[in-house]
Amino acid sequence: MSLRGKAAIVGAALAGCGEAHGKSAMEITVEAVHGALADAGVSLGEVDAIATCQPLDMLSGLTLAQELGLNPRFTMNNRMGGSSFLSHTLWAAMLLELRLADTVLIAYGSNQRTASGKLMTALGLPTYEAPYKPLFPLSSYALAADRHMTQFGTTREQLADVAVAARAWARKNPEAFMRDPLTREDVIASRPVSDPLRVRDCCLVTDGGGALIMRRAETAKDHPRPPVYLLGGGEGTTHRDISEMPDLTATGAAQSGAAARDMAGVTPADIDVVQLYDAFTINVILFLEDLGFCKKGEGGAFVEGGGIAPGGHLPVNTNGGGLSCVHPGMYGIFTLVEAVRQLRGEAGDRQIDGAELALAHGNGGVLSSQVTNILGTEATL
Amino acid sequence: MEKGPGPDAVFAAKLADGVFEIQKCGGCGSHVFHPRVICPACGSADLEWVAPTGRGTIYARTIVRRKPERGGDYNVVLVDLDEGVRMMSRVDGIAHDEIAAGLKVSASIGEGADGGPAVVFRPEGGAS
Ligand SMILES: [Zn+2]
Repeated sequence: MSLRGKAAIVGAALAGCGEAHGKSAMEITVEAVHGALADAGVSLGEVDAIATCQPLDMLSGLTLAQELGLNPRFTMNNRMGGSSFLSHTLWAAMLLELRLADTVLIAYGSNQRTASGKLMTALGLPTYEAPYKPLFPLSSYALAADRHMTQFGTTREQLADVAVAARAWARKNPEAFMRDPLTREDVIASRPVSDPLRVRDCCLVTDGGGALIMRRAETAKDHPRPPVYLLGGGEGTTHRDISEMPDLTATGAAQSGAAARDMAGVTPADIDVVQLYDAFTINVILFLEDLGFCKKGEGGAFVEGGGIAPGGHLPVNTNGGGLSCVHPGMYGIFTLVEAVRQLRGEAGDRQIDGAELALAHGNGGVLSSQVTNILGTEATL
Repeated sequence: MEKGPGPDAVFAAKLADGVFEIQKCGGCGSHVFHPRVICPACGSADLEWVAPTGRGTIYARTIVRRKPERGGDYNVVLVDLDEGVRMMSRVDGIAHDEIAAGLKVSASIGEGADGGPAVVFRPEGGAS
């Protein structure tokens, strides 16, 4: 039995992206839920399973049920960091296919920008890393970038080009937080934080929320907007702490991507548009390699000089990504919302013509959890 | 399993006594760090404490940038010990930007960020 095409996203919405003054994380989450229900034409009472993961609320699934006044048949609160939401879609598809639930809600929200101005997390430094004061999570990614540069000759300029591409996409997206022009030179001249990474290699700190409604494919066309089908998915978990990552140049995305492609029956070359969790510029290079869009070690050359920017050879992070659009602590759900918009053809100036197949990829922890979803239009079933 | 403190507490007590030891698996011969209850290579609980050579090679490094009035820049590295295990640490006695993958280093016990004992490294042969 395969989950290919068995479930679909029938509603998607964002809320509070950028700055949402005076609102709590859960209030932003519920605003996104309200939007997603309206988008799906589904009433609140129809929701019978929910999924969320919020960084400061261990029991966030229960909080969400309470705020919505729901008594769900299933409450999923599995937390692997920013990748959680791409795992929630897989569990949602399983519940739907087994007829253990009929309408699944997946939601997230954070007020980290207006509440604190920086990443809000309940995580402390790991026991065997704390004595050396790495910046969390930045230094972990800096170590991965340093190793990639050593091992494959990836350049400072290539890292910068990831941020430049994200900004070029953001300039086409009226909802993006950072829309000023950004050049390679700007990135390389920005403030060093944890070498080789600089401020403009790092994702934004914004508020924002997102929500999705999923249903079985057989009823997915009973909604106002075109369904977006889940064709494949997979996970990979290689470690929790960067000092325990077996190879800093090879992530669990190789496993998650292969599993997702096998289920979907597609190759990397078939994918029309790609949404990757770009917490830092190095992430995009690693994931493009591990997901099979280029060979290991060639990610730098792949992104260089506009390779993933508008007009490049592969459209990546068409909303502007976590680097330039929105990054409220955990970004995974935003990869899915942008994939939905592209596959529905409602992405405005940044729309990829004829987009039928999208890949969304989430990262959790410090390159620790990798989860891939492949989504498609009705034509791909 | 034996009663008494777990491997984290044993490691910390040894370090407080000025002793840096890692584990070695009686089941498969692998060295193990950080300290664990069972060997991640084979699942055996037969782990004994052994003294590593203390020699290692830098795998990756970052320089954390900090204003001079807040203590200035410092380095954070991942070191591959000759025994085949990796650990986070820092390298003393060398300019931060001279630390790079491949640099040979040797371990000693120094002071961590919280003022407690921590395994730190210096360039092998005491260079610079
Ligand atoms: Zn063993």
